[in-house]
Amino acid sequence: MITCREVVTITTDYLEGKLSFAERVRFQLHLGMCSHCRAWLSQMKATIQVLGKLPAEEPPPEVRDELLERFRAWKKS
Amino acid sequence: MRQSDPVPAETPDAELIARLRARDETAFLELVNRLHGPLTRLARSIAGDAGAEEIVQDTWAAALTGLDTFEGKSSLKTWLFAIVLNRAKSRRERDQRQVPLSSLGPQDDEEGGVDPSWFTENGHWNHPVERWSDDTPDRVLNDKELRKRLLAALEQLPDRLRTVLVMRDIEGLDSAEVCNVLGVSETNQRVLLHRARTRMRALLEEETQDETRRRP
Repeated sequence: MITCREVVTITTDYLEGKLSFAERVRFQLHLGMCSHCRAWLSQMKATIQVLGKLPAEEPPPEVRDELLERFRAWKKS
Repeated sequence: MRQSDPVPAETPDAELIARLRARDETAFLELVNRLHGPLTRLARSIAGDAGAEEIVQDTWAAALTGLDTFEGKSSLKTWLFAIVLNRAKSRRERDQRQVPLSSLGPQDDEEGGVDPSWFTENGHWNHPVERWSDDTPDRVLNDKELRKRLLAALEQLPDRLRTVLVMRDIEGLDSAEVCNVLGVSETNQRVLLHRARTRMRALLEEETQDETRRRP
Protein backbone atom coordinates (compact mmCIF):
# COMPACT_ATOMS: atom_id res chain seq x y z
CA MET A 1 0.00 0.00 0.00
CA ILE A 2 1.48 3.33 -0.95
CA THR A 3 1.06 6.45 1.18
CA CYS A 4 -0.42 9.83 0.29
CA ARG A 5 3.06 11.24 0.36
CA GLU A 6 4.20 8.76 -2.26
CA VAL A 7 1.16 9.49 -4.41
CA VAL A 8 2.04 13.17 -4.36
CA THR A 9 5.67 12.42 -5.20
CA ILE A 10 4.89 10.24 -8.22
CA THR A 11 1.88 12.11 -9.60
CA THR A 12 3.74 13.32 -12.69
CA ASP A 13 5.21 9.86 -13.26
CA TYR A 14 1.64 8.55 -13.17
CA LEU A 15 0.31 11.23 -15.53
CA GLU A 16 3.21 10.62 -17.92
CA GLY A 17 2.51 6.90 -17.97
CA LYS A 18 5.90 6.10 -16.47
CA LEU A 19 4.83 3.88 -13.60
CA SER A 20 5.21 0.13 -13.89
CA PHE A 21 2.02 -1.88 -14.08
CA ALA A 22 2.27 -2.80 -10.40
CA GLU A 23 2.96 0.78 -9.35
CA ARG A 24 0.04 2.02 -11.39
CA VAL A 25 -2.28 -0.47 -9.80
CA ARG A 26 -1.12 0.54 -6.32
CA PHE A 27 -1.51 4.20 -7.23
CA GLN A 28 -5.05 3.66 -8.48
CA LEU A 29 -6.01 1.51 -5.52
CA HIS A 30 -4.87 4.26 -3.22
CA LEU A 31 -6.87 6.83 -5.18
CA GLY A 32 -9.92 4.61 -4.91
CA MET A 33 -9.73 4.83 -1.15
CA CYS A 34 -8.39 8.33 -0.54
CA SER A 35 -10.51 11.36 -1.40
CA HIS A 36 -7.66 13.71 -0.51
CA CYS A 37 -5.36 12.18 -3.09
CA ARG A 38 -8.18 12.18 -5.65
CA ALA A 39 -8.59 15.89 -4.96
CA TRP A 40 -4.82 16.38 -5.25
CA LEU A 41 -4.73 14.63 -8.62
CA SER A 42 -7.63 16.70 -9.92
CA GLN A 43 -5.86 19.87 -8.75
CA MET A 44 -2.70 18.85 -10.62
CA LYS A 45 -4.73 18.14 -13.76
CA ALA A 46 -6.48 21.51 -13.45
CA THR A 47 -3.09 23.21 -13.07
CA ILE A 48 -1.80 21.55 -16.24
CA GLN A 49 -4.99 22.55 -18.05
CA VAL A 50 -4.53 26.20 -17.06
CA LEU A 51 -0.87 26.20 -18.12
CA GLY A 52 -1.75 24.74 -21.50
CA LYS A 53 -4.19 27.53 -22.22
CA LEU A 54 -2.19 30.53 -21.09
CA PRO A 55 -2.22 32.97 -23.98
CA ALA A 56 1.13 34.24 -25.26
CA GLU A 57 1.88 37.91 -25.53
CA GLU A 58 0.95 39.60 -28.75
CA PRO A 59 3.87 40.76 -30.87
CA PRO A 60 4.65 44.43 -30.23
CA PRO A 61 3.72 46.70 -33.19
CA GLU A 62 7.36 47.52 -33.94
CA VAL A 63 8.22 43.83 -34.20
CA ARG A 64 5.24 43.27 -36.46
CA ASP A 65 6.35 46.16 -38.67
CA GLU A 66 9.90 44.92 -38.83
CA LEU A 67 8.80 41.42 -39.80
CA LEU A 68 6.48 42.83 -42.41
CA GLU A 69 9.39 44.77 -43.90
CA ARG A 70 11.34 41.56 -44.03
CA PHE A 71 8.43 39.83 -45.75
CA ARG A 72 8.28 42.59 -48.35
CA ALA A 73 12.01 42.29 -49.01
CA TRP A 74 11.60 38.51 -49.39
CA LYS A 75 8.69 39.08 -51.77
CA LYS A 76 10.89 41.15 -54.05
CA SER A 77 13.79 38.74 -53.96
CA MET B 1 1.98 42.91 -20.39
CA ARG B 2 -0.49 42.63 -23.21
CA GLN B 3 -2.29 39.38 -23.55
CA SER B 4 -4.11 38.27 -26.61
CA ASP B 5 -7.82 37.73 -26.10
CA PRO B 6 -9.53 34.70 -27.55
CA VAL B 7 -8.70 34.80 -31.24
CA PRO B 8 -11.12 34.26 -34.09
CA ALA B 9 -11.05 30.89 -35.82
CA GLU B 10 -7.63 30.23 -37.31
CA THR B 11 -7.11 29.92 -41.03
CA PRO B 12 -6.20 26.30 -41.76
CA ASP B 13 -2.46 25.79 -42.35
CA ALA B 14 -2.84 24.60 -45.93
CA GLU B 15 -4.70 27.75 -46.91
CA LEU B 16 -2.26 29.96 -45.04
CA ILE B 17 0.72 28.30 -46.71
CA ALA B 18 -0.81 28.76 -50.17
CA ARG B 19 -1.43 32.44 -49.47
CA LEU B 20 2.06 32.89 -48.06
CA ARG B 21 3.55 31.38 -51.19
CA ALA B 22 1.44 33.80 -53.20
CA ARG B 23 3.21 36.53 -51.18
CA ASP B 24 0.05 37.60 -49.36
CA GLU B 25 0.96 40.03 -46.60
CA THR B 26 -2.20 39.53 -44.59
CA ALA B 27 -1.43 35.83 -44.40
CA PHE B 28 2.04 36.60 -43.10
CA LEU B 29 0.64 39.00 -40.50
CA GLU B 30 -1.81 36.36 -39.39
CA LEU B 31 1.06 33.92 -38.97
CA VAL B 32 3.08 36.47 -37.02
CA ASN B 33 0.13 37.29 -34.78
CA ARG B 34 -0.51 33.63 -34.19
CA LEU B 35 3.00 32.37 -33.59
CA HIS B 36 5.37 35.16 -32.66
CA GLY B 37 4.19 35.09 -29.02
CA PRO B 38 4.52 31.32 -28.56
CA LEU B 39 7.85 31.25 -30.42
CA THR B 40 9.21 34.00 -28.19
CA ARG B 41 7.91 32.34 -25.05
CA LEU B 42 9.53 29.07 -26.06
CA ALA B 43 12.86 30.69 -26.99
CA ARG B 44 12.93 32.76 -23.80
CA SER B 45 12.37 29.70 -21.69
CA ILE B 46 15.54 28.16 -23.09
CA ALA B 47 17.81 31.06 -23.89
CA GLY B 48 16.60 33.97 -21.74
CA ASP B 49 15.49 37.38 -22.99
CA ALA B 50 18.64 38.35 -24.86
CA GLY B 51 19.03 35.06 -26.67
CA ALA B 52 15.36 34.74 -27.48
CA GLU B 53 15.19 37.83 -29.62
CA GLU B 54 17.99 36.64 -31.87
CA ILE B 55 16.60 33.13 -32.07
CA VAL B 56 13.12 34.28 -33.02
CA GLN B 57 14.43 36.74 -35.61
CA ASP B 58 16.54 33.97 -37.13
CA THR B 59 13.55 31.67 -37.08
CA TRP B 60 11.40 34.07 -39.08
CA ALA B 61 14.24 34.55 -41.55
CA ALA B 62 14.59 30.78 -41.91
CA ALA B 63 10.83 30.45 -42.30
CA LEU B 64 10.78 32.87 -45.23
CA THR B 65 13.74 31.14 -46.84
CA GLY B 66 12.19 27.72 -46.42
CA LEU B 67 8.58 28.55 -47.14
CA ASP B 68 8.61 27.66 -50.82
CA THR B 69 10.10 24.24 -50.12
CA PHE B 70 8.20 23.51 -46.87
CA GLU B 71 6.38 20.27 -47.53
CA GLY B 72 3.65 20.82 -45.01
CA LYS B 73 4.13 17.41 -43.41
CA SER B 74 3.95 19.05 -40.01
CA SER B 75 1.92 22.03 -38.92
CA LEU B 76 3.41 25.50 -39.36
CA LYS B 77 3.64 25.71 -35.60
CA THR B 78 5.59 22.47 -35.29
CA TRP B 79 7.87 23.51 -38.13
CA LEU B 80 8.69 26.90 -36.61
CA PHE B 81 9.02 25.42 -33.12
CA ALA B 82 11.56 22.95 -34.49
CA ILE B 83 13.62 25.81 -35.93
CA VAL B 84 13.53 27.61 -32.57
CA LEU B 85 14.53 24.45 -30.73
CA ASN B 86 17.42 23.81 -33.10
CA ARG B 87 18.77 27.27 -32.73
CA ALA B 88 18.20 27.38 -29.00
CA LYS B 89 20.03 24.10 -28.64
CA SER B 90 23.06 25.28 -30.62
CA ARG B 91 23.10 28.45 -28.62
CA ARG B 92 22.89 26.61 -25.34
CA GLU B 93 25.72 24.30 -26.37
CA ARG B 94 28.03 27.11 -27.38
CA ASP B 95 27.19 29.34 -24.43
CA GLN B 96 29.68 28.33 -21.77
CA ARG B 97 28.15 30.59 -19.16
CA GLN B 98 25.03 28.50 -18.93
CA VAL B 99 24.98 25.93 -16.18
CA PRO B 100 24.01 22.73 -17.94
CA LEU B 101 20.68 21.49 -16.71
CA SER B 102 22.05 17.97 -16.63
CA SER B 103 24.39 18.89 -13.80
CA LEU B 104 21.51 19.74 -11.54
CA GLY B 105 20.40 16.69 -9.68
CA PRO B 106 16.99 16.30 -8.15
CA GLN B 107 18.34 16.58 -4.62
CA ASP B 108 19.04 20.31 -4.66
CA ASP B 109 15.52 21.23 -3.81
CA GLU B 110 12.71 20.00 -1.60
CA GLU B 111 12.00 16.35 -2.14
CA GLY B 112 10.29 15.86 -5.49
CA GLY B 113 8.18 18.98 -5.10
CA VAL B 114 6.61 17.65 -1.94
CA ASP B 115 6.40 19.69 1.21
CA PRO B 116 7.11 17.30 4.10
CA SER B 117 4.96 19.42 6.42
CA TRP B 118 1.84 18.32 4.54
CA PHE B 119 2.07 14.80 5.88
CA THR B 120 1.97 12.90 9.12
CA GLU B 121 4.85 10.63 10.06
CA ASN B 122 2.95 7.80 8.41
CA GLY B 123 2.83 9.64 5.12
CA HIS B 124 -0.87 10.54 5.26
CA TRP B 125 -2.24 14.01 4.64
CA ASN B 126 -2.37 15.98 7.87
CA HIS B 127 -4.92 18.37 6.42
CA PRO B 128 -7.89 17.86 4.13
CA VAL B 129 -7.31 18.36 0.41
CA GLU B 130 -10.35 19.77 -1.32
CA ARG B 131 -11.35 19.42 -4.93
CA TRP B 132 -11.38 22.75 -6.72
CA SER B 133 -14.61 23.68 -8.36
CA ASP B 134 -14.85 22.51 -11.96
CA ASP B 135 -14.80 26.05 -13.29
CA THR B 136 -11.44 26.86 -11.70
CA PRO B 137 -9.35 26.64 -14.90
CA ASP B 138 -11.78 28.82 -16.85
CA ARG B 139 -12.06 31.28 -14.01
CA VAL B 140 -8.29 31.62 -13.77
CA LEU B 141 -7.88 32.01 -17.52
CA ASN B 142 -10.62 34.60 -17.81
CA ASP B 143 -9.34 36.68 -14.92
CA LYS B 144 -6.73 39.07 -16.27
CA GLU B 145 -5.26 39.90 -12.86
CA LEU B 146 -5.03 36.30 -11.85
CA ARG B 147 -3.40 35.41 -15.12
CA LYS B 148 -0.89 38.15 -14.54
CA ARG B 149 -0.05 36.78 -11.09
CA LEU B 150 0.33 33.34 -12.55
CA LEU B 151 2.76 34.60 -15.20
CA ALA B 152 4.67 36.53 -12.55
CA ALA B 153 4.94 33.34 -10.49
CA LEU B 154 6.17 31.53 -13.55
CA GLU B 155 8.93 34.11 -13.93
CA GLN B 156 9.92 33.50 -10.32
CA LEU B 157 10.50 29.79 -10.84
CA PRO B 158 14.15 28.70 -10.91
CA ASP B 159 15.34 28.70 -14.53
CA ARG B 160 15.45 24.96 -15.00
CA LEU B 161 11.93 24.47 -13.66
CA ARG B 162 10.53 27.26 -15.78
CA THR B 163 12.24 26.01 -18.92
CA VAL B 164 10.81 22.53 -18.60
CA LEU B 165 7.37 23.77 -17.58
CA VAL B 166 7.09 26.18 -20.49
CA MET B 167 8.27 23.61 -23.01
CA ARG B 168 6.07 20.82 -21.73
CA ASP B 169 2.89 22.24 -20.26
CA ILE B 170 2.63 25.66 -21.84
CA GLU B 171 3.90 25.00 -25.36
CA GLY B 172 2.94 21.34 -25.40
CA LEU B 173 6.23 19.77 -26.54
CA ASP B 174 6.85 16.14 -25.72
CA SER B 175 9.44 14.93 -23.27
CA ALA B 176 11.80 13.61 -25.97
CA GLU B 177 12.04 17.08 -27.52
CA VAL B 178 12.72 18.64 -24.13
CA CYS B 179 15.40 16.08 -23.23
CA ASN B 180 17.07 16.52 -26.60
CA VAL B 181 17.28 20.30 -26.42
CA LEU B 182 18.25 20.55 -22.77
CA GLY B 183 20.45 17.49 -22.60
CA VAL B 184 18.70 16.10 -19.54
CA SER B 185 17.63 12.55 -18.88
CA GLU B 186 13.99 11.64 -19.14
CA THR B 187 13.86 11.04 -15.39
CA ASN B 188 15.45 14.35 -14.55
CA GLN B 189 13.11 16.11 -16.91
CA ARG B 190 10.14 14.55 -15.14
CA VAL B 191 11.44 15.52 -11.70
CA LEU B 192 11.84 19.12 -12.83
CA LEU B 193 8.41 19.10 -14.45
CA HIS B 194 6.82 17.68 -11.32
CA ARG B 195 8.38 20.31 -9.09
CA ALA B 196 7.37 23.11 -11.40
CA ARG B 197 3.79 21.82 -11.64
CA THR B 198 3.61 21.41 -7.89
CA ARG B 199 4.67 25.00 -7.35
CA MET B 200 2.16 26.32 -9.84
CA ARG B 201 -0.55 24.20 -8.20
CA ALA B 202 0.32 25.74 -4.85
CA LEU B 203 -0.10 29.18 -6.32
CA LEU B 204 -3.46 28.31 -7.84
CA GLU B 205 -4.53 26.86 -4.53
CA GLU B 206 -3.72 30.12 -2.75
CA GLU B 207 -5.70 31.98 -5.37
CA THR B 208 -8.68 29.68 -5.15
CA GLN B 209 -8.67 29.93 -1.35
CA ASP B 210 -8.56 33.71 -1.55
CA GLU B 211 -11.46 33.57 -3.96
CA THR B 212 -13.45 31.33 -1.61
CA ARG B 213 -12.83 33.75 1.23
CA ARG B 214 -14.05 36.65 -0.88
CA ARG B 215 -17.25 34.84 -1.76
CA PRO B 216 -20.22 35.73 0.49
